Order: sequence, then C-alpha cells, then structure tokens
Amino acid sequence: MGESNFIIELSHISKSYADKTVLDDVSLYVKKGEFVTILGPSGCGKTTLLKILAGFGTATSGEIKIAGADITDVPPHLRPVNTVFQRYALFPHLNVYDNIAFGLKLKKVKQDEIDARVRKALKMVGMTDYEWRDVNSLSGGQQQRVAIARAIINRPQVLLLDEPLAALDLKMRKDMQMELKDMHKTLGITFVYVTHDQEEALTLSDTIVVMSEGKVQQIGTPTDIYNEPVNSFVADFIGESNILNGEMVRDRVVKFMGSEFECVDEGFGENTPVDVVIRPEDVYIMAHTDSGMFDGVVQSCIFKGVHYEMTVLTPNGYEIMIQDYNAFEVGQQVSMIIKPSDIHVMHKERVCNTFEGKMIDATHVEILGTQFLCSEQPNVVEGESVKVDVAFGKVELMDNKEDGQQVGDVRFILYKGDHYHLTVRTAEGENIYVDTTDVWDDGDIVGIKIQPEDIVIRRA
Amino acid sequence: MRFFMRRQNWSLPYFIFMLIFVVLPLVLIFIYAFQDADGNFTFDNFSKFISSPEAANTFVYSIGVAIITTVVCILLGYPAAYILSNKELCRSKVMVVLFILPMWINILVRTLATVALFDFMRLPLGEGALIFGMVYNFLPFMIYPIYNTMQKMDHSYIDAAQDLGANPINVFTKVVLPLSMPGVMSGIMMVFMPTISTFAIAELLTMNNIKLFGTTIQENINNGMWNYGAALSLIMLVIIFASELFSDGEEERASNEGGII
Amino acid sequence: MKRFFAQAYLWLLLAILYAPILIIAIFSFTEAKVLGNWTGFSTKLYTSLFTGGVHHSLLSAIENTLIIAIVAAAISTVLGSIAAIGIHNLRGHKRIVMNTLNNIPMLNPDIITGISLFLLFVSVGITQGFATVILAHVIFCTPYVVLCVLPRLQQMNSDIYEAALDLGATPMQAIYKVLIPEIKPGMISGFILAFTLSIDDFAVTIFTIGTGGLETLSTYIYADARKGGLTPELRPLSTIIFVTVLVLLITINVRSQRANKKKKALGK
Repeated sequence: MGESNFIIELSHISKSYADKTVLDDVSLYVKKGEFVTILGPSGCGKTTLLKILAGFGTATSGEIKIAGADITDVPPHLRPVNTVFQRYALFPHLNVYDNIAFGLKLKKVKQDEIDARVRKALKMVGMTDYEWRDVNSLSGGQQQRVAIARAIINRPQVLLLDEPLAALDLKMRKDMQMELKDMHKTLGITFVYVTHDQEEALTLSDTIVVMSEGKVQQIGTPTDIYNEPVNSFVADFIGESNILNGEMVRDRVVKFMGSEFECVDEGFGENTPVDVVIRPEDVYIMAHTDSGMFDGVVQSCIFKGVHYEMTVLTPNGYEIMIQDYNAFEVGQQVSMIIKPSDIHVMHKERVCNTFEGKMIDATHVEILGTQFLCSEQPNVVEGESVKVDVAFGKVELMDNKEDGQQVGDVRFILYKGDHYHLTVRTAEGENIYVDTTDVWDDGDIVGIKIQPEDIVIRRA
Repeated sequence: MRFFMRRQNWSLPYFIFMLIFVVLPLVLIFIYAFQDADGNFTFDNFSKFISSPEAANTFVYSIGVAIITTVVCILLGYPAAYILSNKELCRSKVMVVLFILPMWINILVRTLATVALFDFMRLPLGEGALIFGMVYNFLPFMIYPIYNTMQKMDHSYIDAAQDLGANPINVFTKVVLPLSMPGVMSGIMMVFMPTISTFAIAELLTMNNIKLFGTTIQENINNGMWNYGAALSLIMLVIIFASELFSDGEEERASNEGGII
Repeated sequence: MKRFFAQAYLWLLLAILYAPILIIAIFSFTEAKVLGNWTGFSTKLYTSLFTGGVHHSLLSAIENTLIIAIVAAAISTVLGSIAAIGIHNLRGHKRIVMNTLNNIPMLNPDIITGISLFLLFVSVGITQGFATVILAHVIFCTPYVVLCVLPRLQQMNSDIYEAALDLGATPMQAIYKVLIPEIKPGMISGFILAFTLSIDDFAVTIFTIGTGGLETLSTYIYADARKGGLTPELRPLSTIIFVTVLVLLITINVRSQRANKKKKALGK
C-alpha cells in the first residue's frame, strides 16, 4: 500500500452520537483520479462519511489521510477538498460571479486572474454569460452548475458530491450525469460521489462502495457489485432480484423452493442455511414443458418498455420475478430454467435473532430494553448476563403499538418469495429481524411481541 | 477561543445573562415574599394580604375587570379578525396595519387619549371609562393573534367541509372556530395578563377612584414595603402561571409576537 | 351585502379605536391649556415643543427616551443575534431550556419584570439610573430579537455556512461573509422591535429608573398626569409619534408586500 497509490485513505472510521453508532469501522482507500460512489439507503451513514471527509464532522475514532498527509484534525477551510452540496448551498446574497469567486477572493488571488478563472469555470459548466445573474432567479439545474463551478474553480485534489442530482427532474438528471462524467475526465481529479440511486452509481462510477447501517457492505466495480453481490442486502439494493432462503446441501448443490439445483458455489459446508439470489433476467421462461427445472403459473405481466416483467407462482407457494422479451398470459402454465452460474449463493448474516440479555428472575429476562416473560430457568442469579435467541418467525408484529411489549419501526423490507424479512428498529436503537407473511410498509410503527416459549435462553 | 468556534456555545453568554437578570430576580421575589423586613423567614406577608380587606378586595376586583375586558375583547375582536382574514370580505392589507397600529403607541399616551375622549364627550370618568380604556388598550392584542391563526389556516379545510355537505354555519362552528382556538387562546393571554397586571392606567381613567391590584403592588414597593410587595407579586405570578397552564398557548404567542413587523 | 356589513363593522371599530387619538391630534392645533376648548387654529404648541424653554424637562425626557431606546436596541440586537445563532445550533434538552428561558421575560408581566429587577438592584446595592434602565430594557427586548433572528436562521439553507468553510473561509469569515448577510433582515426587524418596545415601556422603567431625577417620556407623562394637568405640548408630541409610527408601519408593510410580489414573479 504505497503512499503514492492512494489520494484518500480512510482507516477504521467510527462515529457515534451518544449511544447510536452511525459509522462502524469504515475503511476506504481511493486511487488518484478515481470516480468513487458511496451508495446506500438514507440513514446508512454515507453523508456522515462525506462530512467527515470534508471536515464538517469529526470521527469518534479513525484516521483520514489525503495525498499522504494526515488531516484528521484539520479544519474544513484548510482541507484540499471542495464539496458540491445536495441543496446547492449557493449564497443567496451574492450573484453568480461572487458565488464562484468566493474561494479565490478569500485566497487573495489577483482580480484579473479571478475574472479569467470564473469565466473558464462558467464555460466548463455551460453557463457562459451568467456572471451577473441573481442566484435565486436560476433554475435548479443552473444552480447546480454554479455550485459545481464554485467548487472546481479552487482546483481541489478531491471533489466531494453529496447527492448533487437528487433535486433535479429525471431528464435533467440524465443530462447532468453525462456532463459530470465528462467533467471528471477533463479535470482528472478524484470524485467522491454520494447517492442512494443505484442506477446513477452504476452509470457513473469506477468503484462503488455499498453501505448499510454504518458499515461497508461491499466495494467493487459496478459489474462486480451487480454480478457478484456479497449478501442479500447488496443484491436487493442493486438492481432487481429474487432473494430466497436456501440450504447448501453440499458443494455445487443448493436446495431452495423445495427442490435441489445445481450451482457453481463451493466451500459452504453441508446443509448450511444460505441466501439464494437470482436476477429476474437470468430466469428462462417458456410455455409448460417437461424439460423445465420448475413450473409455475403467471400471476401478472407488465410491459416495461424493452422487456416484460412477470411474476410466477410456483406450486409450493413461491413468487418469482422474471424479465423476458416474450410475454406470457396471466394464468398460463409455464416452466423455468436457471443456469447454474446464475444462481448466486450467499452466506446468511444470521439465522436467528440473538440479543444480549439480563435475567430479572427465574421467569423474566430483560432484552431490547424491556422485560419479557420466559420459560422458567433453574438457579437464576438476578442480573445474570445471558444470550437470548429468538427465531425470525416467532416475533409477532402488532398494528397497535400498545399491544406489543416493545415498540419499533420497520426499517428494511426484503421479499423472500413466500414471506417478508423485516428489519425492525426498536426505540432503544436495537434491530430485531422478523419473518412474516403480513404486509408492512417502510416506517410503520409496530408493537413487538414474543411468546415466552419462543425465548430461548443460553446461559454461560 | 476554540470553545467559541463551536456555534452552539454562542448561546452561553445569553444563558448566563438570563440566569443573572431573569431567573435570579424571580427567585428574589420568592425570597423576599417569605421574609420580614429583617430577613427572617415568615408567612406574615401572606396572612396580611388575606386579612386585609382592601388588598384582597382589590385583587378580586382586578380579576373581575380583567375577565370582563377579555370577554369584551373576544366579542369585538373575533368578528374583526375573521373579516380581516377573509379575502372576500377584506382585500386590503392596510386595514390589518390600521388595527395593529395602536399596539405601537405608548400605553400612557393611549390612556390619556381615552381620558381626553371622555372629557370631550362630557362623559364621567369611572368604571365605564375603565372598561372602555382597557378594551381600547388591549383590543389589538386580541385581534392580531386570532387574525394570524386564521390567516395561516389552510383554505382547503373549508373547501373540504363544504364538499362534504356543510352549510356556512356548520363550516364556521365545526371548522373555522375550532381551528382558530389557538389564536383565541393566545389572544386571551395577551389581554388577560396585561389587564390584570397593569397599574397607573386605572387611576388615570377613574380620577384615582378605582385602584387595581398592580397599583397596590407598585404603591407598596414605592413605600419601601418590599417584602409585602414581593408577596403580592408572587400571588399575581401564581395567577398568571395558572392561566398560562390553562391556555397552554405559549409558543403560539411567542411566534405571533415575533412577526408583528 | 355581506361585504358591506363586514366593512361597516371594521370601520366602526376603527373609528372607536382612533377617536381618542384623533381628538388629541385635532386639539394639538389650538392653544388652549385644557383639552376640549377650541380657541382657534394655532401651531404654537408645536413650536413651543421644539423651542423648549419652559418645558426643558419634556425635551430632556424625549432625549433620554431616544438614547435609552437606541442603546438598548443596539445591545439587544447584538446579544440576541449571537444567542440566536447559538440556540439554532443547539439540540435536544439544551435547546428546550434556552427557549424556555427566552420565553420567560415575554410571558412575565412588565410589572413583575420591573419589580424583580428592582429587588435585584437593591439587594446588590446598585444605584439605579441610566445604566439600570438600559440594562432592564436590554433584558426584555433581547428575547424579541432572538425571535426575529431565529426564523431567518431556520429558513437559511443550513449548508451555506459549511459551504463557506469548504471554500476556504475561516469560521469567523464564514460568519461575517455568509451568516450575517443572511440574518440581517431579522436583525433589522429585531432592532426596530426592540427600539419601539423600549420607547413604549413604562412599567419596567419606573421600577429601575431610581430617584436621581432621570425622566423618560413615559415617566414624564405619568408624573404629569398624576399632577392632574396634562402639559399641552404632549398633544403635538403624541400626534407626531402617532404619525411617525403610522408612516413607518405602512411603508414597511407596503415594501414587504412589494418584495414578496417581486420574489414570486422571479420565482416563476
């Protein structure tokens, strides 16, 4: 890892507020001139990471180097980076010229040089002759261009872009994507781009960093990330996918939807629970035939411009999404084939909920910040630390939050073909994972209930 | 230096300022109220208040005047605020300015003007003048918050009510009135509180014939009876605190007053 | 028809509200000592108000009032703006505490503020006079300045301060090149509000002015009225104050309405 190789070195960055961890041991190394995109859903910590890089926030621990120099404690105005803000952050009391010249004026650059550089920057973003306009009179796209000009005029070593296109409409966004890519080529500086839009990330980036829950999930090229997602989160977040519970029977054989399939993965051991990911375009669909690997009935068929998107219900109750150029009628019997190399097998992050708990008495245990009734335990010492397992399917969610023993909100929903896998965050900030066939929405406030016999206590 | 670079610490000087000049003085009222002239702890100031018919009567009378003033202000001010906020009935914003303008004139000048009016009309000064003067002084404080709430009211609620079959009377009683209640509440606070605590005004309006509770407090402080004056102040504070709890419109009031200009 | 009655009601109310002021204004143009006697048109009261002479104490009371108002409003504006920036950046319970503290002087009746400060000054042994009146006015004006500046900060794109830092401004530069220009309208209305509140105040002033013979307009009028008479020069003075406030408020409103319209037009 030679110094010259990397322009940005983020090592073991963690950040927490009070008891909430926003970033958990994030490390990231960016090569000079690279276009890196940090991708993740809102609240994954990507913006916090960018702020730490720009100097607007400080990490609780970890080290930041830019061009080999440690800048962990350097204030933002002395860092060789500039930022393009999501809501542009143009100074409303200054005109276009004064906004762009702001940085150069502070550095006491000569007036004629400022003039020349402002003109050049405006030309670069396609806004020649807009110098004297009031920034409040510009459209969103124009304001964004000014914001970019204002940042690049200072010739930063790294340009940070915080969801710069999020506020623009679709057409404008596509145009700006191309322009940003051109600009990156012309300027030759490193871009660090933050977005929640996976398509944007796939289009623009040399490297994508997928983040979730304050952790880096995967770093790789767009092709790697799309074709070889490391876990069900990445698979679900990037592109469309069918994610199913499965079991690795032995090397190269995986069992899901009730049958065994040939695959190319090895080294998972025998009879290991796994997640299986199949991209909808990788399922071959045909009219019913005996040579299919599994059968089903078409449930819906929607034309998507180039292809048709269909859902097929298998006899044992799994819903599979399929994309194909041919349409099949709703109700039609069909057969499917999946190539072994298109079946992606991934380790499960967990097979059941595990909590740190504390015994209150023989029949009560404290987990998730509240008391739960549990089956009677022998020889309990009050305050004894225990581990508590609860199966995903044994957690009940209630509409009425008063009915539950604890309250939480639904954070993440994964459809697994025949049920939903939900991540529910409790008021205390702990995650509980739930398998359910009921339909919940992101952000629903739910009551959480667990029956005493479903609380499995493991004592040291 | 680095400490003041964090902008949240900029509130610290103000925090200390407020502690010394707002919280501490209020604590002093409390302390003085429970002390005699020599600084010993006592309840005498309060028992003196209860046993002296004059102070107690003034107190009850003042509350009565405040309640009457407030009620009259609501009766006069609510329709005015309603008309002012209704685009069909009143198009000009200058009307609103005309109504809040008297708020910006010295209260003593306004009171003297009232006295002048009564003199001019050859009307006797007394209870009638007192109520008129109070209403005259504080009516804008009732109109403004009600107007403000009504103005911010989303017109689509009214449209929705009509769409759902409400007649004009229903629209008013079921939608406009309940939605304007926060404004009425802060209007009540802004009228009731100054009326009950006012002093000097009453004497001017009644040729020194009627005394309100505020004047009793002021006279005691002026005559060096600090402890008794503090006790009376504390009683007034309790009344005001109670009525504030009742109306619970503190934030409303704050935001209304901030937007007068 | 409905509109006619509504308008009639408003005008009737306005007529009652303005009748006293109008009477004062009318009788400011006559010489009579007692209000209500019309002894022919004259501007003598106006000239004698400004040439002073006999009514030196009234002129000095006006002067004191203005000085106190300007100084108190200036201090409140600075203190309140700094406080507002601080409060804006506070979170959670600290912010609630500051907001509550800020509300106390506004919710307290004037007389309580006055008496509580009086007790503070006498127990510490501070001689009351100019300084204590200014201090007292700063205390009840600053919360209003905070309330004027805070909305500006909330409307402001919270990134622009960081954007200035990002472009190489030191924190101080970012504050005075970006933050202050943004909150300036709030500071100006805060100043005007504080200025008017200070001029208007009577209850707090009378408890903090001391016995050194210092007079403001309010205390002068009060003393004057208690003596039974009313200095005739107060009539032209009230008229002038009234007309000034009227013109000021109407221009401010017309201007802000125009600015709003312009903004809307530009927005399209």
